[in-house]
Amino acid sequence: MMFRCFSFAAVVAVVLVFALTGCAKNEASPTAANSVAAPAKKILRYGNGAEPQELDPQIVTGAPEHRLVQAFFEGLVTEDPQLNIIPGVAERWDISADGLIYTFHLRADAKWSNGELVTATDFLESAHRMLRPALSAEYAYMLWLVVGAEDFYKGNLTDFAQTGFKALDARTYQITLRQPAPFLLHAMNHEAWQPVPIATIKKFGGLENKNTPWTRPENFVGNGPYILNSWRANQLIVAERSPTYWDRAHVKIDEIDFYPVELAETEEKMFRAGQLDLTYELPLSKIDVYRRENPAALRIDPFDTVYFYRFNVARKPFDDVRVRRALALAINRQSIVKNVLRAGELPATSLVPPGVLGYVSENHFREDLTEARRLLAEAGYPDGKNFPKVELLYNTLEKHRVIAEAIQQMWRKNLGIEITLYNQEWKVYMDAQHTRNFQLERGGWQADYVDPHVFFDLWETGGGNNDTNWGDPEYDRLLHSALAAPNDAARFAIYQRMEKIFLDAMPVIPIYFYTYNRLVSPRVKNFFTTPLDNFPWKYVDLAP
Amino acid sequence: MLRFITSRFLQSLLALFLVITATFFMVRFVPGGPFTAEKAVTPEILKNLEAHYGLNKPLWRQYLDYLGSLARGDLGPSFKYPNRTVNEILGDKLPVSAELGAESLAVALVLGIGLGTLAAIRRNTWIDYVASGFGMTGISIPTFVVGPLLVLALAIKAGWFNASGWYTPADRVLPCLVLGLAYAAPISRLTRGGLLEILHQDFIRTARAKGASEFRVVTRHALRGGLLPVVSFLGPATAGILTGSFVIETIFQVPGVGREFVNSAFNRDYTLVLGTVILYAALIMALNLAVDVAQAWMNPKVRLE
Repeated sequence: MMFRCFSFAAVVAVVLVFALTGCAKNEASPTAANSVAAPAKKILRYGNGAEPQELDPQIVTGAPEHRLVQAFFEGLVTEDPQLNIIPGVAERWDISADGLIYTFHLRADAKWSNGELVTATDFLESAHRMLRPALSAEYAYMLWLVVGAEDFYKGNLTDFAQTGFKALDARTYQITLRQPAPFLLHAMNHEAWQPVPIATIKKFGGLENKNTPWTRPENFVGNGPYILNSWRANQLIVAERSPTYWDRAHVKIDEIDFYPVELAETEEKMFRAGQLDLTYELPLSKIDVYRRENPAALRIDPFDTVYFYRFNVARKPFDDVRVRRALALAINRQSIVKNVLRAGELPATSLVPPGVLGYVSENHFREDLTEARRLLAEAGYPDGKNFPKVELLYNTLEKHRVIAEAIQQMWRKNLGIEITLYNQEWKVYMDAQHTRNFQLERGGWQADYVDPHVFFDLWETGGGNNDTNWGDPEYDRLLHSALAAPNDAARFAIYQRMEKIFLDAMPVIPIYFYTYNRLVSPRVKNFFTTPLDNFPWKYVDLAP
Repeated sequence: MLRFITSRFLQSLLALFLVITATFFMVRFVPGGPFTAEKAVTPEILKNLEAHYGLNKPLWRQYLDYLGSLARGDLGPSFKYPNRTVNEILGDKLPVSAELGAESLAVALVLGIGLGTLAAIRRNTWIDYVASGFGMTGISIPTFVVGPLLVLALAIKAGWFNASGWYTPADRVLPCLVLGLAYAAPISRLTRGGLLEILHQDFIRTARAKGASEFRVVTRHALRGGLLPVVSFLGPATAGILTGSFVIETIFQVPGVGREFVNSAFNRDYTLVLGTVILYAALIMALNLAVDVAQAWMNPKVRLE
């Protein structure tokens, strides 16, 4: 009897839930994936990787967030696809002869989405917010190039008016640097430099609080080509063409739907089913398939990121530069990019990827087995004899595993040494790296802005992301002198010397330079991307 | 009876408290934290970040603070998603998981009981073999294989459904089908076993002797008792469907709790990890408590033990 009641109740409950949710579904989304939009409206459906953590430019750190911030905000200057600096909110700017003072003249028609003008004070107060210690913005250090910024952040300076940020009048904004930074305008494409709507943020919880609802659609204010229409977590973010954006006449697409799709495999299926026009990425295993069957949809672009193996030079046997070099010279990179990766990646025999603002590395090392064996023998391990136990760490990902296995095999065959592989979940691996609890590990570096400086700054002695225990006083000295160089030619000449020092010491083994792979529907027009994979949305168009 | 329920409830509360405590300290001792990233923040910034989230206080203090806010029903802000609270995230996603679970369970029950019954009344015929074969296959093939196969066939080739998403009513079909199939398999086996036992009993023979049709014998007399094992399986199955839907939620981009449960651990989103663990633990305990109470009601021996 009891059971009958119980099972009956269960069935009723199931039916009820079904009925209720069924009803709820009928009022489902107006922007459903397959629904047909009004004919005139151009809607781009874009797979945007993971669910964004936030839309606040000063808080976010990831690439999916960057795509969104580019739609909703605009800084003083931006980059065109050829990496030329072009006007954003600033219509023109002057740089003082010593390269220290940047004066930006803001355009008269730059507006927030609530209709208010974007003023120099907005930029000033945004910088002030970014540097508030209590806000604890992770990218605050991007602004430390400016006089007093670091001191203000660290509490050595309490009066923000003493820093190098100045609003001379409503339309003139001035920044004074503490040392020349020839890459400043490129660096200003980073979110950390974007303006934020101070009045709105104040209204919804204050300038020192991260956990505020100001980026919810009902509260959101931005100054970019698009405005936030709706945000359903893990479902969809709808960006609509902004009616207040100064350059709205050139914005081509009416609406961008950002679909957070975590799995590249799922995303690829959605593309095939016609749910997406543009994907976030493409799984390695699919590249050959698209080459064969649908090359028009496959898009491969150069990407300013280097893949390398990092030594811990404080640990044996990698305290010996001969061992480090021997390992580096005994890898067949061409074979890795051709047989393992297969997406047009470039073998890396230098530190800086090609095409970073005209910097071309002159100091490539040559793969050379004879030399590698000679170096290893000289270090006391002829034919790999007595070579100590070495473990290679990588984060858990299929791609890293196959690369590691290929290299393990090359070292076994070419040098007679045996290494073991082990993998760790991302955060455990990152923790091991930053605490230098490894012998040899897989690593990579993506530029924050386009300038060779980012690849050299990284290896300063004791730098926060160096993590090799390697350092060289001459290298450090050159790094600081480079910024004071009178022009880029002189600066790049210094970088060449630094790159030579670096590659001679080989604290990391460069392996390859990335490409960025994605699927683009033939309907998508004018899609171009910079070597940082930036693609300002306002240029992208969609054929009917 | 009331005393029994009270004592079981208190036991559950104690267990929940232990789960919270263990989880709180375990996530803290895992290497890497919420701010561990490829681009390491400077020490000053890390210090401010920790201060912002109260991580600079001694661990016992943080633990007490957490219990304090928990008592007020506040699960805290998420580390990963700063503009959302854990309460909000769970409140947003639990209904989705519940819907996915309920609809999958319905699929599982209809398919499982139907096939199991057919197999039992046509015992040792091809129908039985097909149904049992389905049961074995369903138990053996994991959802992450069935899912993509169905997507390939029904979404990409046939074009009937979206490949992924949770937007239209049609989007519910594939995920619920895949998750439902996984549970239909054991249910069909349980139904078959339970029915076979009942069909041999005297009262069934009596019913047949009285001239009742075979349909009536099965639906009115046999199923009632034959489904007992299925009913006791429903408790753990419901919990399993709710907590185990991570794979389905990821493959089909369903915005449910299952993904948060796994991703929050990867993100070291301390508050969200705790929030999902508490939610799941409470759900499982509530279901177990319900089963205990039901059993005690039916069987006085359990009550006395």
